[in-house]
Amino acid sequence: MPEVRKVAVSFAVNGEPRTVEAYPMARLLDVLRQDLLLTGTKEGCGEGECGACSVLIDGELVNSCLVPVAQAEGSRITTIEGIAGETLHAVQEAFVECGGAQCGICTPGMVLAAVTLVGRQSAQPTEDDIRNGLAGNLCRCTGYMRIFEAVLQACEKSVGAGA
Amino acid sequence: MQSDSMADRFIGKSIPRKEGRAKVTGRALYVDDMVMPGMLYGATVRSPVARGRIRGIRYAQGIPWDEFTIVTAQDIPGKNCVALMLNDQPCLADQVVNHAEEPVVLLAHPDRYLLEEARRAVELDIEPLPAVFTIDESLARQQVVWGEDNIFKSFLVESGDVESAWGHAHLIVEGEYETGAQEQLYIEPQGMIATFTAEQGLTVWGSMQCPYYVHRALMTLLDLPVNQVRVIQTETGGGFGGKEEYPSMIAGHAALLARKSGKPVKIVYDRMEDMAATTKRHPSRTRHRTAVTREGKLLAMDIEFVVDGGAYATLSPVVLSRGTIHAAGPYFCPNVRIRSQAVATNFPPHGAFRGFGAPQSIFALERQMDQVAKVLGLAPEELRRRNFVKQGETLAVGQVVREKVDMAGLMERALELSDYYAKRKRFAEENPRREVKKGIGLASFLHGAGFTGSGERYLASLVGAEATPEGRVRVLAASTEMGQGTMTVFSQIAAEALGVDYDMIEIVQPDTAVVPNSGPTVASRTCMVVGKLVESAVLGIRQQLLSSGLLPERYTSEQFRQACRQFIENHGALKSSSEYSAPPGVYWDDDKYRGDAYGAYAWAVYVAEVSVDLTTYEIRVDDFVAVQEVGRVINPVLATGQIEGGVAQGIGFALYENVVWQEGQMVNSQMTNYIMPTSADLPPIRVFFEEVPYAHGPGGAKGIGELPIDGPAPAIVNAIENAGGVNVNRIPVTPEVLMEALEGVHA
Ligand code: FES
Ligand code: FES
Repeated sequence: MPEVRKVAVSFAVNGEPRTVEAYPMARLLDVLRQDLLLTGTKEGCGEGECGACSVLIDGELVNSCLVPVAQAEGSRITTIEGIAGETLHAVQEAFVECGGAQCGICTPGMVLAAVTLVGRQSAQPTEDDIRNGLAGNLCRCTGYMRIFEAVLQACEKSVGAGA
Repeated sequence: MQSDSMADRFIGKSIPRKEGRAKVTGRALYVDDMVMPGMLYGATVRSPVARGRIRGIRYAQGIPWDEFTIVTAQDIPGKNCVALMLNDQPCLADQVVNHAEEPVVLLAHPDRYLLEEARRAVELDIEPLPAVFTIDESLARQQVVWGEDNIFKSFLVESGDVESAWGHAHLIVEGEYETGAQEQLYIEPQGMIATFTAEQGLTVWGSMQCPYYVHRALMTLLDLPVNQVRVIQTETGGGFGGKEEYPSMIAGHAALLARKSGKPVKIVYDRMEDMAATTKRHPSRTRHRTAVTREGKLLAMDIEFVVDGGAYATLSPVVLSRGTIHAAGPYFCPNVRIRSQAVATNFPPHGAFRGFGAPQSIFALERQMDQVAKVLGLAPEELRRRNFVKQGETLAVGQVVREKVDMAGLMERALELSDYYAKRKRFAEENPRREVKKGIGLASFLHGAGFTGSGERYLASLVGAEATPEGRVRVLAASTEMGQGTMTVFSQIAAEALGVDYDMIEIVQPDTAVVPNSGPTVASRTCMVVGKLVESAVLGIRQQLLSSGLLPERYTSEQFRQACRQFIENHGALKSSSEYSAPPGVYWDDDKYRGDAYGAYAWAVYVAEVSVDLTTYEIRVDDFVAVQEVGRVINPVLATGQIEGGVAQGIGFALYENVVWQEGQMVNSQMTNYIMPTSADLPPIRVFFEEVPYAHGPGGAKGIGELPIDGPAPAIVNAIENAGGVNVNRIPVTPEVLMEALEGVHA
């Protein structure tokens, strides 16, 4: 069996250039959590079903448990740690206010999915837009209703702010 | 209905979750987010067979075994059991295994990839023995797999005289109902980290509901004194009962590995292991025989309720107890007999899951009520209306309903909000022409808050409070936050009681070295029972300040702060505590199994509207209305979220969540093939509260957490029958189950 060697992989995480030494097939999820100590990205299933491990790669929402780190070479990655600036993002604000987070384990992924959804919306999304936009992120606590409300509220604010 | 007194500043307000910011920014730390220097990873080697004798353990070649810490039953210094109720469950199987996935060997190593290879390289040589996989096989006792008769526990409830009632009946209706296992499926898998040193003893951190359960289990397993075991709850990503008893097992495993290796050890399950090995909701079978009068009054209810406990007792006796007491529902009936049993099989032990036996027996009852109505030619709501228990009447276990209750009113509101009457009529007209049939159904039910029977008296929960030199008030309780809002609700209760700013209240992280035992975080008891203790503990602080003359009768937050500061300067510390005592007049007789089963009940009526596709057998819930009376609502947004989440789990229980067993092993232990509802599957869940303040709850609150799981399944299946005219008595109603039922109808 030929020995698999670690390789250097470079990408930008939350705006900062990073290089890691990792096995090419290592999951991006593990590299983020273990090598870069960005533990806001969670593991719920490890098989692409729950979305707890969601991150943005070049603006696309992906399940980081399914991405071999080598594939992230040269990309721009955003994790939950990169969403708030000085203040919370409108989506995060709305999640706190509307009760969109209960146990919080799905929340980082859910927030990223919601941020993507809100960013794509030029007008108020329909309920179906929201349901489908979040269908890749499972939540066992909320029954999703408060999350839908949070997304609507965040949209109202960002559309209202002319964003 | 609103009981909003002008004085309330925090109770009844939707104050944002205390730890909300940490959760939405990803800063909240769960056990898998923690790393310790020199930490090893732990793995569990489990039995591949359901029942057998262990002949040997082989460690295959090609693995550097000398680098591994290996633990078997022989390494256990104390008693080899997960101490809980009957202490029958070993922490590591020794000589025999009684269910698939039973832990036999533990391994630890710093490299988790090599660890996984090693886990696969351990071969268990087990001689299989015949196993028991159904309730009937267990009751037949051809194989005795537990104790002398396969029975963990049985109960008998008797009021009036059922046998003499049959002769007076206008009609007698019989039915049999089954519910399947259900996985809690908290999104954070279970996990623990343990450290062990000779001086400090054992410390474990992890995801759990009940720190003091874990504490006791570790003392027993490692034979350690109280002060040598410390248990700390980390942020917990959902529990729903699934983290009530199993964390004691994992903590024990991590502790044994840490003790033997001398290093910190982390065990975090992956999803498959978590689903295959940890507890699920007890499968159940209920038989009903109901006698009614010509006027549609219940005359007699004879109920046989059996739950499958799996291989070890764990919490089955108390699950059975709650299921038994809820089996006769919110109705008045002069003659009731309930015979119930929890039986042993060779499945992994079934355990706590939100509702704790009640969703099973309530499913059966509420389906039976619809059958009785049908036979009588009454509308389902009319039969219920004629039989709801009223204030002053007695429930099956002999409990007089002292609180105000208005089930008929709740039902009317639910029927109105769901547009029930009009829809029922319209669907009946349109269905013959429709490919996809529509239906609407309801369920009415109650849920007891707090431990069953004498549970709270035995627990004698304790809550502490202390002021800090900065004038903040810290609440000390072992009650855990797992998403349901403990920290926020406790803060609201404390701030309201003291009349100070919400931000002045701090809820201390549950750590057995710091907080007293306020009991397990289960049974919808945290807000009502422990919350009340929080209220009196912080009032103890205020009382001391008042008596010392440092605080005037009327004060501002700033004056309160200064008084605390001064008091601590003068006396060194300012502390108070409060211990549970039963509300006056509440009494339960353990021997007779009669009396006040619960301090208070929540009451509810749920209505589901469904579409049933008779070609594809697909069922969809289109609308869901949940009306309930839970006492005073302390935080409307959190309470609504609890109900919505519970209803969603209930919809999964009714339609999607199907545990597939093969030889006692769960074969669909993945999120790809065990299906829980996604955001695309659920209807709007519309939640309404009637508020009737409860005299003995903090700010008037009762329990809420479990109630919403009881109603959805029967309401949905009643709606399915309304849509398709098909009598389904088994959940989950997968397309296969519906097809079978339909073929039964048309054959
Ligand atoms: S952990 Fe990646 S989708 Fe569940
Ligand atoms: S908040 Fe717990 S899983 Fe979503």
